[in-house]
Amino acid sequence: MRHHLILRVITKLLVGTIFLFALYVQFHGDYSPGGGFQAGVIMAVGFILYGIVFSLAKAQKVFPPWLVHKLLAFGVLLYAGTGIYSMLMGYGYLDYTAIDPHHPSHGQHLGILIVELGVGITVTGVMVAIYYAFAARAPILSDEDW
Amino acid sequence: MLIVTAVTVVKTRSLFAIVALSGVFSLLSALLFITWDAVDVAFTEAAVGAGISTVLMLGTLALTSRAEKESAKSNLLPLFAVVLAGAVMFYGTLDMPEFGSPETPVQTHVGPDYLKRIPDDIHVPNAVTAILASYRGYDTLGETAVVFAAGIGVLMLIGGLRRRRINDDDKNSSDTKDTT
Amino acid sequence: MDIFTTEFILGHLNYWLFIILMMTGLYIVISKGNLVKKIVGLNIFQTSVFMFYISMGKVSGGTAPIFPLDGVYDPSVAYSNPLPHVLILTAIVVGIATTSLGLALIIRIREEYHSIEEEHITILEDTVFRTENLPLDGKGGSI
Repeated sequence: MRHHLILRVITKLLVGTIFLFALYVQFHGDYSPGGGFQAGVIMAVGFILYGIVFSLAKAQKVFPPWLVHKLLAFGVLLYAGTGIYSMLMGYGYLDYTAIDPHHPSHGQHLGILIVELGVGITVTGVMVAIYYAFAARAPILSDEDW
Repeated sequence: MLIVTAVTVVKTRSLFAIVALSGVFSLLSALLFITWDAVDVAFTEAAVGAGISTVLMLGTLALTSRAEKESAKSNLLPLFAVVLAGAVMFYGTLDMPEFGSPETPVQTHVGPDYLKRIPDDIHVPNAVTAILASYRGYDTLGETAVVFAAGIGVLMLIGGLRRRRINDDDKNSSDTKDTT
Repeated sequence: MDIFTTEFILGHLNYWLFIILMMTGLYIVISKGNLVKKIVGLNIFQTSVFMFYISMGKVSGGTAPIFPLDGVYDPSVAYSNPLPHVLILTAIVVGIATTSLGLALIIRIREEYHSIEEEHITILEDTVFRTENLPLDGKGGSI
């Protein structure tokens, strides 16, 4: 896609906005529509767009595959770890009151944020990893065949 | 419109057009979700259906083939089975509650209870997020684990992990050849 | 046929639309041989189920289940049921993950058989099966 100048310029403008929007959706998810699942998908779309318009190698330089693989496991661990933390504090598994016992609703709020962050990280990791896996295969059809 | 799109998918033979149509289908269903007040779901469907799944399917097409071949199978038996199943389900809907009625079993059990408790328990304005992460935290943990497992599955099937091991084996065998 | 009043038909039209969509998806899955097309059919089937759930959560005159920022809960405002939304939201993301798993399987199949048409693959499978079982006759080719 080296010859598409308009695409390249627009992509450069868009990718930053997409990431910002993903972060907004992630951390504002308890006030407006959104949350970890959507934010993860949008974040991954940002990387995928970058990978399509520029090249896979450039995208992998920004977000290397080993980091993706670590992150997609880290998200699940973060989620499960929150539950184990609340168990260690003497509450039920995934009972967020444990995070702030004096203000249960603050604890719930924080817990939701952390858990959503875990979900978001996993979803981003999985989507980007899947895209890398698909894109790393050499395509049979060239651009003109479409 | 959704039905027209779906029927066109049945008729079309070019896989490229089918993938584009499935993106259209996702966007239309996202619009439908908005009119039914499910903004979170519409958001997800638009991002996933129109964004990621179209890209992945196009990627698959680039790796496989572009047109569907003519099938020699008879279409009558599947059509019969489908019409039969549809008729049975149609009969089932006759007992279903009216659309949008507040008296249905769905509206009188758990849902309103959550709606009443959330402002006191959690102070999170978006009820969907509150239920997702707090009351139904186990569900969501499970779902995340499923997404994780699917990602690992894709990596094992077509990711670089397997190829790297084969390369290592090649290197080892060539090494042993060199030494012998 | 007294039950088929206008009101009844309008109240149940949505269910019938899902049935049509769902059956279209099912028809694609069972009658078409192309594996990518089968996946698209599965997606249509899946989306029709999502719509069914969401439509059950809808309350006439209700609004999206997001409370006002000041946290004051007004019992007179009808909210749509958020529970189906939660279930479907996660189901969509899981759906795309499983879809991509299916697509990955298709790519592997294409690499092994050089085809993504079901009938062609079945024929190839048959030949492979026969050649593998030949040695039982006695001398046959070894693998």
